[in-house]
Amino acid sequence: MTKLPLFDPELARPALVDTTESGKALTARTMQGKTMSNKKLSLLDPALVKPALVDSFKKLAPQVQWRNPVMFVVYLGAILTTLLLGQALIGQGEAPTSFIAAIALWLWFTVLFANFAEALAEGRSKAQAASLRDTKKNVLAKKLKLATHTAGYEVTDSASLKKGDVLLVEAGDVVPLDGEVIEGVASVDESAITGESAPVIRESGGDFSAVTGGTRVLSDWIVVRVTVNPGEAFLDRMIAMVEGAKRQKTPNEIALTILLVALTIVFLVVTATLLPFSLFSVAASGAGSPVSITVLVALLVCLIPTTIGALLSAIGVAGMSRMLGANVIATSGRAVEAAGDVDVLLLDKTGTITLGNRQAVRFLPAAGVGEQELADAAQLASLADETPEGRSVVVLAKQRFNLRERQLQSHEAEFIAFSAQTRMSGVNYDGRQIRKGAMDAIRRHVEAQGARFPEGMQALADEVARRGATPLLVSSDERVLGVIELKDIVKGGIKERFAELRGMGIKTVMITGDNPLTAAAIAAEAGVDDFLAEATPEAKLALIRQHQNEGKLVAMTGDGTNDAPALAQADVAVAMNTGTQAAKEAGNMVDLDSNPTKLIEIVEIGKQMLMTRGALTTFSVSNDVAKYFAIIPAAFASTYPQLNMLNVMGLATPASAILSAVIFNAIIIVFLIPLALRGVHYRAQGAAQLLRTNLLVYGLGGLIVPFIGIKLIDLLLVALGLV
Amino acid sequence: MTSNALLQLGLYLGLLLILAWPLGRLIASVMAGDTPLALRWLHPVERAFYRLAGVDEDSEQNWKRYTLGLILFNLTGALAVYALQRLQGALPLNPQGLGAVSADSAFNTAISFATNTNWQGYGGETTMSYLTQMLGLSAQNFLSAATGIVVAIALIRGFARKGAGVLGNVWADLTRITLYVLVPLAFVIALLFVSQGVLQNFRPYQDVQTVEAVSYQQASVDASGNPVLDKDGKPVMETVSTQKQTLAMGPVASQEAIKQLGTNGGGFFNANSAHPFENPTPLTNLIQMLAIFLIPAALCFTFGRMVGDARQGWTVLASMTVLFVIAYGVLVGAEIAGNPAFTRLGLDSVANFEGKETRFGIVASSLFATITTAASCGAVNAMHDSLTPIGGMVPTLLMQLGEVVFGGVGSGLYGMLVFAILAVFIAGLMVGRTPEYLGKKIEAFEMKMTALVILVTPLLVLAGTAIAVSVASGKAGIYNPGAHGFSEVLYAFSSAANNNGSAFAGLSANTPFYNIMLGLAMWFGRFAVIVPVLAMAGSLAAKPRLPANAGTLPTHGLLFVVLLVGSVLLVGLLNYIPALALGPIVEQLQMFGH
Repeated sequence: MTKLPLFDPELARPALVDTTESGKALTARTMQGKTMSNKKLSLLDPALVKPALVDSFKKLAPQVQWRNPVMFVVYLGAILTTLLLGQALIGQGEAPTSFIAAIALWLWFTVLFANFAEALAEGRSKAQAASLRDTKKNVLAKKLKLATHTAGYEVTDSASLKKGDVLLVEAGDVVPLDGEVIEGVASVDESAITGESAPVIRESGGDFSAVTGGTRVLSDWIVVRVTVNPGEAFLDRMIAMVEGAKRQKTPNEIALTILLVALTIVFLVVTATLLPFSLFSVAASGAGSPVSITVLVALLVCLIPTTIGALLSAIGVAGMSRMLGANVIATSGRAVEAAGDVDVLLLDKTGTITLGNRQAVRFLPAAGVGEQELADAAQLASLADETPEGRSVVVLAKQRFNLRERQLQSHEAEFIAFSAQTRMSGVNYDGRQIRKGAMDAIRRHVEAQGARFPEGMQALADEVARRGATPLLVSSDERVLGVIELKDIVKGGIKERFAELRGMGIKTVMITGDNPLTAAAIAAEAGVDDFLAEATPEAKLALIRQHQNEGKLVAMTGDGTNDAPALAQADVAVAMNTGTQAAKEAGNMVDLDSNPTKLIEIVEIGKQMLMTRGALTTFSVSNDVAKYFAIIPAAFASTYPQLNMLNVMGLATPASAILSAVIFNAIIIVFLIPLALRGVHYRAQGAAQLLRTNLLVYGLGGLIVPFIGIKLIDLLLVALGLV
Repeated sequence: MTSNALLQLGLYLGLLLILAWPLGRLIASVMAGDTPLALRWLHPVERAFYRLAGVDEDSEQNWKRYTLGLILFNLTGALAVYALQRLQGALPLNPQGLGAVSADSAFNTAISFATNTNWQGYGGETTMSYLTQMLGLSAQNFLSAATGIVVAIALIRGFARKGAGVLGNVWADLTRITLYVLVPLAFVIALLFVSQGVLQNFRPYQDVQTVEAVSYQQASVDASGNPVLDKDGKPVMETVSTQKQTLAMGPVASQEAIKQLGTNGGGFFNANSAHPFENPTPLTNLIQMLAIFLIPAALCFTFGRMVGDARQGWTVLASMTVLFVIAYGVLVGAEIAGNPAFTRLGLDSVANFEGKETRFGIVASSLFATITTAASCGAVNAMHDSLTPIGGMVPTLLMQLGEVVFGGVGSGLYGMLVFAILAVFIAGLMVGRTPEYLGKKIEAFEMKMTALVILVTPLLVLAGTAIAVSVASGKAGIYNPGAHGFSEVLYAFSSAANNNGSAFAGLSANTPFYNIMLGLAMWFGRFAVIVPVLAMAGSLAAKPRLPANAGTLPTHGLLFVVLLVGSVLLVGLLNYIPALALGPIVEQLQMFGH
């Protein structure tokens, strides 16, 4: 069996796809290209809004309300004013019945709006989970009697499988459960999980031995040992996570809730003591009547941080949801939060910083050899080489000297494929043995033919390495013709991205197996802050520990089993979905696209979630100033008419002022739902700049907006003749 | 503000800065156990104390033991002051033969001086013997100040240390700050006072012959001491004329120095710093004002030095100064604007001179009033009850902000740092990181403690005021009608719970009801804050200190000053606006409305 280059799905694809339709398919109709990435729901999709409306009412149960202390106070306030309304209806009202009724109604709306925000966020997550669940259906499995593909199998239902069972999965079959390939190699369509249509290679041993339940084998066969029991599979855990069934409050959410509860208690004291203050003032001034319970409840609800209280859990759910939108499954909200705090990103060079493949950029001929001669030989040696490196040699020769691909059949050309023994590839052409390969391989090749390896080649190769490129030598028979410079191509825009990250205070470290010389050159070109060359799993782990000892939070991606210790150690560990089971277990996120660049996006989503939380808290607290200006004059003007001078908004009547404040307090929740779900606008900026902007928008905005909003509502109430 | 007002403010702040900076460095080195050369000769005294008490000064304590030590220390102090007051009749240094203080007043005073409040329900010269003043009250002035400072130092250590289980040795901290900072400074200030004519003697009170006869009215009493009532039930007044005046004497200067330096504020005499024997000249007035802010300002520099980033200290100091200047501007503006009713009565000036000493004038009195309530001092050189309503609201609000505008020695800084944590927590999220202050993550435990700190005093003030205006024994003490009477009760509880100790007067507070209510407010206002602060210090000390980078919220500079000032104002105003609206605000509106 030929070993395929690991990082080269390009190469694997054409060879494998054509064997897809074999007659042995058992059940393969579970996934019709329905992937999460192409099923994006708009923010207020009717399909989501309707069930959310229903849920808003279901969430009125006390045991649900109890979980959100701030909204629980509103809930109690709504109940209390409803009871006061009952009292008013039998003629014992402490305030006009219509006023109590309006306040009670809007307090219930406040509770319902908060429920709606949460239900909507959960609904979006559930929809995403449902599309995942579609991929999880009972299928028939070929259970092997012994752990070898020749052992013969019996067909059973996947639900009856246990951990440790050995299965045969052949072209067209769906992999019933998560497992590990113990024999064989196959191309697998994982689009159901990843949305990526290109099939991937799964084979026994190494880092590509894990298969996920719900994916489909396209060609060949594999023997799979089941690694999980039904119901515990990766997909099951993903669904559970997404549905929020196991959603626990994150540490920062808990801390924020404590603050919100404290503010609620403070305002409870403030409003409760207003009653004796009012009684005393009425007695002392001999005018007016004491403030009513209804007004105090209204004041309390306006003052306590209902806006953030109502939206807090929606923000958390939406954060997970946005991760999922980026095709990343976070195993906990805690991980999403930690992503915002990351100080150091460990990035694998290949695939993240550089394109997966190196490209030929230059021909460096040996002494006495023309560049065209070298280019010609190099092109011949690469004609049959389907790797991107090989193709890039052909292209470069064509660009430099207009050398066209030739018909080789007429020249009795015989292609020599790359082998692990010779570590060279090439062609026998017109009796010439043209080879290309690493320096020591070519040196051995020419010395074996009795020739001397030319003096200058070592220097030439070193020079190439110093530039961060890989030297590939070309020989014709016993002559060394020169060096092809294969260069790592740094991804476009990545340097700017790293500069942005630096501005955000995040340090980037490139991890590579290259030697320090090459690594330094690429690091400089890509603009990373630091690099780890000749990286071993131990060195990676040590680097993470070192940063963590300095108090930094480290994020990394990984896919191999040998990455697992480092993944387990990192604070934010993103496992590639193509990676091994061990890697996925060790990480706290899984990237379904297996795109290492995603790490940057993950950090941004984490930051955005924290920013949204902070922005809405600031907004919520700032709002109180305007509410005081609305309610205080209204509540006490009967005792002290002079307080009407504080009615700066010129609200029509005391009743309309209080009602307007309560209505504003309720509908601002609805207005902010999109912001809570989408997150505040994120810019990659330094902390000082971000703070200035957000403080201006949400702090100052929070001061001003309610003045305008309450006034407008008051005008509307007057226009409608409701007060 | 008039140019006079600006000039006095500028001079004051300039001098303060010059004096506070070196003191901040001194405190930092003293608290690190590194005594400056000039004070090394006191080492044997320090060691003698440790030997006497069996203290190993090098063995540091975790926050629980540190807190326990501190509370026991203060409890012992309070008991000693209580005992002294109750037994003073039988003790020496009592030339006037003053008898035992009543149980409820002694309880109130004992707590008052142990909590750095110095609320005085009594009149000094008619109640306390020289021994009680010196051994009880002055001693507590030193020790309660030391208590405040060591709590602030422990909190700073919480920020400065990493992965540490201990905060320091409470006994060594208390001894060092008292011996090397408070006593030497108080000594120098006392000498300055004596040079200006502040009394320092043990003589009995002196009767002097006055130039003119003074006549005044007093209620006539019968043989058994009860007031004589006329047929309408009103007390019968008699006019008395006399040419004799009794001048109170005593060891005033020594108590006066620490009264201001330790932001205690308890006057030797009933008239406090308005009394010519306590505060005779404009120079002593300036020294007193400087002494009040000296340590609170210096501690900001100590803070910057100990956390290894001077900018952090400057930022806290700048925030305090901004709030102070705003408050002063409002107060002095209100006093100069005065009462519009005066113009209608045909007076030349509307400026509010009532309740102010002519030797200080409106500006120096307003500056003093702002300083004494911005700091939790509470000494007065003018009657706050006679300020204009808005002028009187400024001291009330300064106390209600939690005494963080310079505040008490130590307590002002730790209070402000709690607000910094709060500001960082709310705004810090907006930069997309979980909040951290000085490299320490602010998590659920810190938030719990912060919540307790910001909850305690509004709870005590508002609930205390609510009870007082609801029950008969509380309402009995209110002499003034309407909103002003309410302001007086609100002021009393704001002063007690925030450990300021100044009084709005006009409220008859030396009654069992107020003595006990305010005593409780003072005790919990002090220690229900100190305990969570120290708990937080312990938790912070154990955390690693994260390096700052471009993504970290900068906690220095103008932006953070705005944020910190905003947080203090927002929390304070949201808590107290409704109550203030029913007191000083409506009063001011009424004054202009008429």
